[in-house]
Amino acid sequence: MATRLVEVQKLKKWFPIKGVVFSTTVASVKAVDEVSFFINQGETLGLVGESGSGKTTAGRTMLKLLQPTGGKIIYKGEDITKLTPNQMRPLRRNMQIMFQDPYGSLNPRMPVGDIIQEPLDVHGIGTRKERRQAVATMMETVGLRPEYERRYPHEFSGGQRQRIGVARALVINPELLVLDEPISALDVSIQSQIINLLQELQQRLNLTYLFIAHDLAVVRHMSDRVAVMYLGKIVETAENDELFDHPLHPYTQALLSAVPVPDPEVKRERIILQGDIPSPVNPPSGCHFRTRCPYAMPICKEQEPLAIEVAPGHTVACHLLTKK
Amino acid sequence: MDNREVLVDIKNLRTFFYTEDGVVPAVDGVDLTIHRGEVVGLVGESGCGKSVTALSIIRLIPNPPGKIIGGEIFFHGEDLLKKNEEETRLIRGDKISMIFQEPMTSLNPVYTIGDQISEAITLHQKIDGAEAKKRTIEMLHLVGIPEPERRFSQYPHEMSGGMRQRVMIAMALSSNPELLISDEATTALDVTIQAQILDLMRGLQKKLGMAILIITHNLAVVAEMAETINIAYAGKIVESATAKEIFKAPRHPYTYGLLQSIPKFTEKRTNEPLPAIEGMVPSPYHMPKGCRFNPRCPFATEKCREEEPEIIELTPGHLVRCFHPIES
Repeated sequence: MATRLVEVQKLKKWFPIKGVVFSTTVASVKAVDEVSFFINQGETLGLVGESGSGKTTAGRTMLKLLQPTGGKIIYKGEDITKLTPNQMRPLRRNMQIMFQDPYGSLNPRMPVGDIIQEPLDVHGIGTRKERRQAVATMMETVGLRPEYERRYPHEFSGGQRQRIGVARALVINPELLVLDEPISALDVSIQSQIINLLQELQQRLNLTYLFIAHDLAVVRHMSDRVAVMYLGKIVETAENDELFDHPLHPYTQALLSAVPVPDPEVKRERIILQGDIPSPVNPPSGCHFRTRCPYAMPICKEQEPLAIEVAPGHTVACHLLTKK
Repeated sequence: MDNREVLVDIKNLRTFFYTEDGVVPAVDGVDLTIHRGEVVGLVGESGCGKSVTALSIIRLIPNPPGKIIGGEIFFHGEDLLKKNEEETRLIRGDKISMIFQEPMTSLNPVYTIGDQISEAITLHQKIDGAEAKKRTIEMLHLVGIPEPERRFSQYPHEMSGGMRQRVMIAMALSSNPELLISDEATTALDVTIQAQILDLMRGLQKKLGMAILIITHNLAVVAEMAETINIAYAGKIVESATAKEIFKAPRHPYTYGLLQSIPKFTEKRTNEPLPAIEGMVPSPYHMPKGCRFNPRCPFATEKCREEEPEIIELTPGHLVRCFHPIES
């Protein structure tokens, strides 16, 4: 039986919108609204959704980089929701994040050796010499030449910068790594290099990944399980093949059918959704997806569908399935 | 092969940029043919020259630093590069239109979208304001914008990304162009919105019969849309064939490597690493000698490092720039 490394229960992150005259809260952006999922040790959970679905906020709130508005975060059986930043610090060693933008996430005035070493300095790990050694080893691990440690980020290409991001995240031996769109900004031929690197490191170092992405082909390749988000909610969670071969939520079905396939001879049945994602400030009542759903019923407007387990490990939040 | 009339014929186009750091051969030998009503894909990674090719066609290369230094671009048999600014302006935005990746920066934020489309219409057609407004509303309706009369007086910030891209398409098509150039038009959009826009473009192409040049880095998008596909690498077209042949029997090692390296959405998960192309795209200031792909090519020989291959027609309609094409 796999052990649960991290779990979030009914996690909420609302961002207040302040009024113009007095700074009272006039409304909230419900970026993440009662989201629950777990990640087992050593596995990859893919978190997919379109822009504005709240996937990035969910990842950051799980790491407590954002203070949750509600719900629980459980890390290795311990409730860390209420921990202060000071109490979090020893745990931070175990959880790291890697960002999408290889240009914005590295300090342009720091040599890459120092960038990679910084987490060791922050956590006071090892002697000076040991830290330098760890940096050199890490650079080699991610496919960068250790001689380049005195170079600055601008001297590296996008793909190499993402390698620096991986090295910085992994240098303190974390257990959990949140990968927030790690390859979206890269060229096609470089993407596969970084995907391979991430997978190889996961196996070698027994890492647990939360893989946030919008590219479904990459998510299928990387993930053990997949959770689909729409407007602050998780609508469906399942094992990789189960989700891609038997999607049950109408949004998942539409999302998967919308993905273009690199084969001109494959003609797929396409569900074209009408309209755009509604604003998360004022989401539709009941089911958030009902305004674009081809199967919307009266009940969808009145009641929010609860997530039910339709098969082991496959949960769906949709009234179509609750009815049966 | 194709017995439709040739609309655009680009021959050995070369567009260089003269920067302080040196000369960038952004486009260095691009040949491209577009027939009337044909959907053609131009695919490549960043820096391969695909956007510069498009800007060369509509003569929007910023000069300085850019300059078209060689080649010909025939449109209906006339060389566009020999036309003066006035003649070019009559073609650009009228017979050839273009849509860009970022619909927010391509639209003027202080004018209503109705004004912007009407302006494009009155610029090329001799009609009055009322007639232009009528035509604008027709166009908005055509691209599937709900309540076009109300949308006419809205500003770009009041619309979503997908809606803005529809506005751009409405503007581009308002003059009934013979060629629409789409430069990464769906790249910034979400997948369900991308599906909407591609579906719209396909529908309008069938209805209006214009040719489309689709420029993208996304192989899946051209697989769905294009009849003919051109693969660009480091400023040159390296392979050109029908969509079916490119995907079923690629002959250039770069095309082959690229297709192998992308994760397959429709296949079950394996734990195998992806067959990646090693190395990276060469710096435009230091193009490798010989074939530009040779430092990354698993089949490169001494000849590839010394001589530059010409593009040759291996089988009818299938062109490859390689000394050692992959057996089909």
